[in-house]
Amino acid sequence: MVISGVGGQGLITLLQIIAQAAADEGYEVRTSELHGLSQRGGSVEVHIRFGKKIYSPIVSSAQANLILGLEMQEALKASYYAGSKTDFLINQFIQIIPLVKNLNEKEISDSLKKISKNINIIPADKICQEKLGNSVVAGIYLISWATFRKLIPIRPVAILNAIKKIIPEKYLELNVKAFELARD
Amino acid sequence: MEELLLQKPGEKIILLGNEAIVRGALEEGVNFVSTYPGTPASEIGNTFFKIAPKAGVYFEFSTNEKVALEAGIGASFSGLKTLVAMKNFGLNVALDALFPFVYTGSKGPTVIIVADDPSCHSSAQSEENSRFIVEAAHIPVLEPADPQECKDFVKLGFQISERFNIPVIIRTTTRVAHQKMPVILGEIKTSKDKTQKGEFVKDVKRFVTLPPRVLEMKKELLDKIEKIREFSESLLKSAPTNQKIGIITSGISYLYVMEALGELNIDLPVLKLDFFYPLAEKKIKNFIKKLKRILVVEELEPYLEKEVARLAKEANCNLEIIGKELLPATGELRPEIVTQALAKFANKKLNIQYHPKLNIPVPKRSPQLCPGCPYWFVVSAIKKAVDVNKVIFGGEIGCYMLFGNSPVNLQDYLSCMGSSVGIAHGIKKATGQKLITFVGDSSFFHAGIPALINAVNNRSNPLVIILDNQTTAMTGHQPHPGAPVTPNGIKIENIVQACGVKNLKVIDPINQEEFVKTIKEFLEKPEVSVIISRRPCKFVVKK
Repeated sequence: MVISGVGGQGLITLLQIIAQAAADEGYEVRTSELHGLSQRGGSVEVHIRFGKKIYSPIVSSAQANLILGLEMQEALKASYYAGSKTDFLINQFIQIIPLVKNLNEKEISDSLKKISKNINIIPADKICQEKLGNSVVAGIYLISWATFRKLIPIRPVAILNAIKKIIPEKYLELNVKAFELARD
Repeated sequence: MEELLLQKPGEKIILLGNEAIVRGALEEGVNFVSTYPGTPASEIGNTFFKIAPKAGVYFEFSTNEKVALEAGIGASFSGLKTLVAMKNFGLNVALDALFPFVYTGSKGPTVIIVADDPSCHSSAQSEENSRFIVEAAHIPVLEPADPQECKDFVKLGFQISERFNIPVIIRTTTRVAHQKMPVILGEIKTSKDKTQKGEFVKDVKRFVTLPPRVLEMKKELLDKIEKIREFSESLLKSAPTNQKIGIITSGISYLYVMEALGELNIDLPVLKLDFFYPLAEKKIKNFIKKLKRILVVEELEPYLEKEVARLAKEANCNLEIIGKELLPATGELRPEIVTQALAKFANKKLNIQYHPKLNIPVPKRSPQLCPGCPYWFVVSAIKKAVDVNKVIFGGEIGCYMLFGNSPVNLQDYLSCMGSSVGIAHGIKKATGQKLITFVGDSSFFHAGIPALINAVNNRSNPLVIILDNQTTAMTGHQPHPGAPVTPNGIKIENIVQACGVKNLKVIDPINQEEFVKTIKEFLEKPEVSVIISRRPCKFVVKK
């Protein structure tokens, strides 16, 4: 799977959680991430691959099972990795790029629909802000959503255990709440 | 991070390639570690910075990579097990110290990590391929493909170094250094809570490269390399030779090859090289002897392809060698690139429709200076003080290279660390046009000081703005000699003064009026002027 978003949305933490959960479930896991300048508010894209036998840490073009987009324009950019069978799970959130013409929600979803039928756009930022008072856990909400709906073939309990292992104590409660919020 | 110190041999933990390098060094009982930060190698230093005291390891962020290597050489000469880490451009800086070190050889086993960045994910300057070093310096180079190999090869590197008294380079690339996977732990051999002391035992024949000894040393080195080649032969796992076509590869490319073979559902013999230098020539010759065609899968320049061509002249002169005809010399490889190349090579129909490239127009999100970055105030002052079309702006390596992006657009050239001042001097001498050049605090220490002295000594008059945010921000906020977290009495303004700069002001850039006035005033000076713009990176303030 590919997770795309912008710097500061916690993509590497999500990668760690999914990688840990997949490893705990007995899969081979490899991930790829980028550090450095790309984090200064630029586009961020991380790759997670798990299964019986995994070689490449990065996903091939058109071969992603799941694209998790934490920002809508970034989700569209990641469609390089999407084929007709790819599931999209997208946070209904647009971070405006200054000084250029941005795409709106309709333009993005119209483009995505041409690629795949499986487009899920979820207002995770809004839900987390309303219910938990903090949209920073939108990513956790979305991986939970994906796990409970089997878009990520890992047992929810494994994801929850990985959250407990990786998230520091003082933020754990908020993250567990976000995880539980997406249960149904 | 603390789990890197877990003493649980046999257990698996998920590690980043760079963390696995740290773990490998700890398992080998490393004593001395030095580095200058540079992505994609930065996490090696960051990790040691945090755990060194607990792990019983001496660690330092050195002023630049050459100094880092020299510190490492001193430690090695004193018998300590030594690791030095840098990115590819750092290797260029360190070269002057590296060549003689390969001649003298190491005493304490020494491993040097060099991280390349194909596709320049976190590099300006050039898409450097550090493999060039082997021909020039005759230094053994190992190329891991993943975090497990990062750990294993660091250990192997120390063992080679110990056995043959030679420093060994581990060459990673971004997709190796920033790859994560579960890695099997071994036993940590560093002595906890206690850093080891070495002893320098005088040995003029060994450590002094004065001619004519230096030529003997070269001969000894070349002999040594042949012995290491034997060793590299003994380690290389042979590939089957019962087919007409085969693949030779190393590092991350190997993973893409294996992925592609699975994708195409074909079984071809793959010779995976762990040593890039010295090459296991006998085994390679044996592998290519009966082949009709071979595909060499490697990123960037065709170093390996050329070697295979050379060996084929002796082993199989009819061999058809295919490499860069099917694979790009620019940009990193990706699994779909290798799959397509392999499909063509093996005449196998490819049933997957890859996207040629993203054909949907999505606006580009360039990295920007962070909101609240003190550099915004500098940009603002410059735009108030001058007509930006009439002034040349010199760029440097650091967060402020984002000055090249919209909406700032204050960058007319960008080269390597420390170069903005050196090039500014040349432009001023050549033209006399108005020029403002930026250099960061860490870059100033790294390589800016000699250039400033040169400008003063050879009498040009650029306006140098030293952007002092009191940290090495871009690579993850590592300290530098002038940072407040390292109180040592070193002050940038004292150095600038000592270089003979008369027009010098230290200004907090939020004092816009003073900043604007000073820019205007200094641009008219007949000598070098320096403004030290001092305001900490907002992330340093938080810490």
